[in-house]
Amino acid sequence: MDNISLIGMVSIITAGLTISIGSIGPALGEARAVAQALASIAQQPDEAGTISRTLFVGLAMIESTAIYCFVVTMILIFANPFWDHVIAQAGR
Amino acid sequence: MNLAPDSLVLWQWGGFKVNLTLAMTWAVMALLSIGAWLITRRLGDGPQLSRWQNLLEVLVHGMGEQIRELSRHEPGPYLPFVGTLFIFVASCSLLSVLPGFVPPTASLSTATALALCVFVAVPLFGIADQGLGAYLRRYLRPNLLMLPFNIIGELSRTISLAVRLYGNMMSGTVIVAILLGFMPFFVPVLMRLLGLLTGMIQAYIFAVLAMVYIASALSAHAPAPGRDSG
Repeated sequence: MDNISLIGMVSIITAGLTISIGSIGPALGEARAVAQALASIAQQPDEAGTISRTLFVGLAMIESTAIYCFVVTMILIFANPFWDHVIAQAGR
Repeated sequence: MNLAPDSLVLWQWGGFKVNLTLAMTWAVMALLSIGAWLITRRLGDGPQLSRWQNLLEVLVHGMGEQIRELSRHEPGPYLPFVGTLFIFVASCSLLSVLPGFVPPTASLSTATALALCVFVAVPLFGIADQGLGAYLRRYLRPNLLMLPFNIIGELSRTISLAVRLYGNMMSGTVIVAILLGFMPFFVPVLMRLLGLLTGMIQAYIFAVLAMVYIASALSAHAPAPGRDSG
C-alpha cells in the first residue's frame, strides 16, 4: 500500500474515532451537571438566576474538551499537513 | 470552502497583508464605533428616550449587574473591558447572517488575540486592586509547591478560552458550508440558527469567564463605600 492511501485511510479513520469517542465524556458530564442544577433549582427556586449562570459557565468548561476533539478532527480532514505533503510529492 | 479566513488575502502592500479576518474585524469595529457615536450624540434623560438609547442602557446596565453579582465588586473599572468583549463577540456572531460575512472570531488569530487581552488584563486589574506584593503572593497559595501549577493554570485558562471560542465559531461556519454541498436550503438554515444560538452563548461565556478570572485576582470584598474607586 503506497503512502497516499495509507495516510488518507489512517487520517479518516482517526478523525471519525476522535470525534465519536471524544463526545462521549463531555456529554455524560454535561448531563450530570444539568441534572444537579435542576435539582438545586427545585430546592431553591429564588436562586435560579445564580444557579443558571453558574451552570452555563460550567457547561462551557466541560464542552471545551469536546471542542478540542472537534478541532483535531477538522484538522485531520481539511488541513492535514501529512496529506498535503504526500500530495505535493506525488504532484512533483 | 473557507476553513481559514486567515488564508484569503484581500490586499497586499509590501509585507503588510490584509486578509479576510482583518477586513471583517475592521468592518465590525467600524459598525460598533459609528453606531455607538450616532446613538450617544444626543443623550436624553427624560421619560421619552429613543429606542436605540434604551437598547444601549439595557445592555450596559444588564452587564453591570452581572459583573456586580459575579465579583461582588462595583462594576465601574471592569465594565468597559468585559462589556467590549461581550459586544464584540456577540456582534461577530449576529452579523454572520449577512451574506458574505465571515465572523472574524472563526479564525484562531482573533480568538487568541482576545484571550491574550484577558491574560494581560487579569494581572493588571489584580495589581491595581491589591498592589504588586499581594498579587504576587497569591501565586504562592496554598503553599510554595503550588507555584508552577498556578502558573500552568493561568496559561491553560487562556488557551482554553481561545480554543473554545475558535472551535465554536469555526464549527458553525464549516457545518453550514458542508451541508450546502449536499442538502441545500432547509437543513443549512437550521444549522445556521443553531450557530447563532451558540454564538451568543459563547459570547456570554467568554465575557463571564473573563470576569471570573479577573474576580479571582481581586480582593475578596469590595472596598468600603466612600473610598474613591475611580
